[in-house]
Amino acid sequence: MLELRNITKIYNPGEVTESCLFRDFSLTVQQGEFVSIVGSNGSGKTSLLNIICGSTGVQSGDILIDGASMLHQKEYIRYRRFGRVYQNPALGTSPNLTMYENLSLADNKGGRYNLAHGTNRARREYYREQLAALGLGLEDKMDLRMGSLSGGQRQAVALLMATMTPIDFLILDEHTAALDPKTADTIMALTDRVVREKQLTAIMVTHNLRYAVEYGSRLLMMDKGHIVLDAAREQKAAMAVDDILSLFTSISIECGN
Amino acid sequence: MLNTILETCAGTLTQGLIYAILSYGIFITYKILDFPDLTVDGSFPLGAAVTAVLLTRGVNAWLTLPVSLLIGAAAGLCTGLIHVRAKVRDLLAGIITMTALYSINLQIAGSNLTVERAVDTIYTSAPVMAVLGGVPLLYRKLLVSLVLVVLIGLVLEWYFSTKNGLLLRAVGDNDTLVTTLAVDKGRMKILGLVIANALVALSGCIVCQEGRSFSATMGTGQMVFGLAAVIIGTTLFRRVSFVRGTAAVVIGSILYKLCIQIAILLGLPGNMLKFITAALFLVILITGNLTGRKGGADGAGAA
Repeated sequence: MLELRNITKIYNPGEVTESCLFRDFSLTVQQGEFVSIVGSNGSGKTSLLNIICGSTGVQSGDILIDGASMLHQKEYIRYRRFGRVYQNPALGTSPNLTMYENLSLADNKGGRYNLAHGTNRARREYYREQLAALGLGLEDKMDLRMGSLSGGQRQAVALLMATMTPIDFLILDEHTAALDPKTADTIMALTDRVVREKQLTAIMVTHNLRYAVEYGSRLLMMDKGHIVLDAAREQKAAMAVDDILSLFTSISIECGN
Repeated sequence: MLNTILETCAGTLTQGLIYAILSYGIFITYKILDFPDLTVDGSFPLGAAVTAVLLTRGVNAWLTLPVSLLIGAAAGLCTGLIHVRAKVRDLLAGIITMTALYSINLQIAGSNLTVERAVDTIYTSAPVMAVLGGVPLLYRKLLVSLVLVVLIGLVLEWYFSTKNGLLLRAVGDNDTLVTTLAVDKGRMKILGLVIANALVALSGCIVCQEGRSFSATMGTGQMVFGLAAVIIGTTLFRRVSFVRGTAAVVIGSILYKLCIQIAILLGLPGNMLKFITAALFLVILITGNLTGRKGGADGAGAA
């Protein structure tokens, strides 16, 4: 269970440009939930992910996993239990290493990065199977430099790498936004399969209302640092894209967009 | 006449090889970590200063190698800590260490030092004489330097293929990835600077043994030299896989020393040496950019 308790986040405190994003913000995500978060630009979606992962600090409040505070844990320590896929496909892999080397690095997460050989022949067949299961023909490109692959291919590998070792939470930061519609659909379907198979707790920020409605077990809509809609299970199942869109439009109009 | 040409070639090759060890270091900071490390101009003479002092005190010549590695590593650690922990910009962190080292080098050596003929260097040490005693000094230097450079290159290539080595390559490539792998990216950057400056100081150590001297200003322009060697080498072998990165650097280093040697033979005054070093570097950077553009989509990505 992931809890954000009474979070206050102010950007540029004490300066003219000071702006308060969250005041007394709380959110609880139960184990096994797949939460989709939608909201307009500046509503605090990505900031929320950054606060959870520790890429940005907060002024007050607490962040807990299963009741234990991780507020003072460094970002890289938090990633022992987190996997994250970014909007930019380049951020999920190392472009100058081969796909095989990238997968080997990810496979070693949680272990020691010592002077043992970096790649393991015995694991190669396993990577092949995993890549083949993606259905993108990537299993024959394992010895290519990651940088020579397309955005969609890189994002598929990034997703595989982020979930390769046992993690508790998968953080998806608009991870289909930079892809063409068809590739985005493929990656979204893959994501859903991985989350189900590995029984992960997932938090996904997206601008795609259709994905938010079709996938996941809970839907949040955010506006100016507040949750304006929180629909889970049956309530979410009954929702259609049009319902969300009308609410979304009404918020945007209030903002003066 | 032929003999003179051969001797000049051997001398230039030896220079290229010894300085290739420095270029290995810059390969790690510039090419792998993407860190413009100016510490080099201070850690290079640091290795030479320590070596000159130890040799004149009668310490075994081979022992100066590990000592230089360690003290160079300490210099790299300083820059790393200043940059990563104190959050000072990369270029400035290097300049701070480099400037401090200028004084430290003079403190260590006292003044410019000359190692007397009577003192044994690695090139005249007993084990080397036992094997290569019959070979003239000039060629013996070439052979010993070659063995050292190849050995260090092999060790580096092995390291790059280990789990830690892969992680080091990844941190320069995409440090976000390293963070999501639950590893402290700052620690990896520091490690890279430590290894690089250890190699740079080792290069200074061997240069000091080869030329039997230390001067406080011998570090000036070494970073530019190393960068040039790395860029020549890696541009020439752009299409060749990563595994041969160190080999490319050695060839870059030798080619660069050859260019300088030719300039000297054409009558270039000694005072103009650094000017030529800088001018040549500029030419290499510009041509590197041009060939990069010609390379099309792939070349644009590599730049």
